[in-house]
Amino acid sequence: MIKIEKRNDVPMALYFFTPFIAIILTILGGGIIFYILGFNPIEALKFYFITPISNLYGLSELLLKATPLCLIAIGLSFCFKSNNWNIGAEGQLTFGAIVGGGVALLFYNQEGFYILPLVILAGAIGGMIFALIPAILKTYFNTNEILVSLMLVYVSKLLLDYLVVGPWSNPEGFNFPETRQFSDSSRMPLLFEGLRIHAGIFLALAAVMLSWFILYKTYLGFQIKVSGLSLKTAKYAGFKGKTMILVVFMISGACAGLAGVGEITGPIGQLHRMISPDYGFTAIIVAFLGRLNPFGIIFASLVVALTYLGAETAQIFLQIPKYTGQVFQGMILFFLLASDYLLFFKVKILNLKKNELRH
Amino acid sequence: MYKNFFKYLISAIFLLGFSVNSNADFKVGFVYVGPTGDHGWTFQHHEGRNAVEAAGIKTTFVESVPEGADAERVIRQLAQSGHDLIFTTSFGYMDPTNKVAKDFPNVKFEHATGYKREHSNVSTYSARFYEGRTLLGHIAGKMTKTNTIGYIASFPIPEVIRGINAMTLAAQKVNPNIKTKIVWVFTWYDPGKEAEAAQALIDQGADVIMQHTDSTAPVQTAEKAGVWSFGQASDMQRFAPKSILTSIIDDWAPYYVERAIAARDGTWNQQDTWHGLKEGMVAMGPYNSAMGADLVKEVEQLQKDLASGKVHSFTGPIYDQKGNILVAEGKVADDGMLAGMSVYVKGVEGDIPK
Repeated sequence: MIKIEKRNDVPMALYFFTPFIAIILTILGGGIIFYILGFNPIEALKFYFITPISNLYGLSELLLKATPLCLIAIGLSFCFKSNNWNIGAEGQLTFGAIVGGGVALLFYNQEGFYILPLVILAGAIGGMIFALIPAILKTYFNTNEILVSLMLVYVSKLLLDYLVVGPWSNPEGFNFPETRQFSDSSRMPLLFEGLRIHAGIFLALAAVMLSWFILYKTYLGFQIKVSGLSLKTAKYAGFKGKTMILVVFMISGACAGLAGVGEITGPIGQLHRMISPDYGFTAIIVAFLGRLNPFGIIFASLVVALTYLGAETAQIFLQIPKYTGQVFQGMILFFLLASDYLLFFKVKILNLKKNELRH
Repeated sequence: MYKNFFKYLISAIFLLGFSVNSNADFKVGFVYVGPTGDHGWTFQHHEGRNAVEAAGIKTTFVESVPEGADAERVIRQLAQSGHDLIFTTSFGYMDPTNKVAKDFPNVKFEHATGYKREHSNVSTYSARFYEGRTLLGHIAGKMTKTNTIGYIASFPIPEVIRGINAMTLAAQKVNPNIKTKIVWVFTWYDPGKEAEAAQALIDQGADVIMQHTDSTAPVQTAEKAGVWSFGQASDMQRFAPKSILTSIIDDWAPYYVERAIAARDGTWNQQDTWHGLKEGMVAMGPYNSAMGADLVKEVEQLQKDLASGKVHSFTGPIYDQKGNILVAEGKVADDGMLAGMSVYVKGVEGDIPK
């Protein structure tokens, strides 16, 4: 018979160490999968985890891919830490990109140093407003934020579809579902000639610093953490729960909106239907892999970004199906949850006698 | 002196070896927008790739590449890793293809269905799918009992509108009472949405279903409902053997092989290709025996006439929905008009989404 018991003493060091165990297990698991598929596992893993970042261009691409993941995950950490399950970051990203992109299109034939900041600000506000919908519905009408935020993803995507097909489509673009190219004044400045890494990375780094400061050095951060540990305690302590819910959703939405605006003003340069390959959902994995810790999230976003790049490289050089990238992301989350479970619970195998079983 | 002679000899051998080597190393890359198993658009490009491989040329493909920020990296990686010719097989790769082409002047690029050729190493290619639509229209006009043809459309771009118009014109020729009903699904591949659209059209009385989307869901829905349908992009007959009358098949293989050999032998040049039934880039699947021998004969004759140029899909008089003349009697639409087509012809119901 198997008995599961809660552990009373979970060592903190181990808590921050299990993500590494999860990653190592994922690499081992990946190696086994490659072997079964008939590839040399060492070679496959090399193409997966080393080749993509073996040159400057690759490193730039890694940071480019990690930037939106990091930004969104930082925002989500505020929600998740306070027990607010915002699953709709993808929608907030999309709506932020719509608002920011709208401003960029407004200035499509103009130049000026003020345009890009306006576009970025509009994107953050857009994401913020969109995240407020599930927050307000939750605080005043007691709806389930998981459902509302998730369903709003489809609303924002359909709105984007409508805009790029209809009113915002490029008048010279033969009705193809995309807007005009933004002017250079609404594009993120590139950091290096010939590489795609852009100034958006500073937004992500600023978000990391700011979130660390808010979470660990302010009263709001204290409230968020207490509410996450025990809602009742937070109530007894007299925290204003409603305000806090609104604030964490706003922070989360603003971060996702910034990620969206970073993509369209950075590598993409226009609005179309494929602005995000589900960054908003992948960032949920990033947030948990990073233990909802700002610096952990930086690390986690780089690891997850690498699984994307690795999947492409492995396909180009070895023709390994691209979906192994998703398998890797799934394995990371699975091993993390599994090791967490074993961290918090003891599994005891009891050897009982027959008569004892009857009781 | 002899020393130098040997030095030159060695370097000559080296150079020779190198050039032979680079010929043997010639590689072609393919970027796909969907999975190779979609049984539609990407499936057919993959068949084209297999033909290139069968011609003794090494190839690489990357499937399911999103048309966003990732596309540029994938194309660039292919260019960087020694691919000499790269086919990017979806419209959304247009800007990334041109951007990478600028940085790799020695690599040749072929972009499907786009209109930008910003650098001398970028060619574009597409197929005159509308010629196939003319054949479908002829068949649909003869086969329908309700005089209503249901059309599942993806995006209101000229290519799709051209197909709707070509089909409607051909159907009207054999059946003046024909009406074309359209559902826009705003996707190229979404089995769920496509099936719903097919069902909605059937509910509105359409007994022939046609699609400009890539999944097999519409033909399967038609099979279940007992109405006629047509396969799209590849021969979909085995997915709906009773319902499918024929399929429009995109056959990229001859073009891919020709261009790959040209690039390898150094005779590749920039061009804008628009091939149809004549060159075989558009082909038809087997005709369903339910059509009857007479109709099959008629359609096969029409197919020959379209290929030879004796018949053109857009022969005047053609009117728009309001009755204004688009193409005068006795004239045919030129390629410029076809490339920018953005109005429905008379007989199509509804408005183009704006």
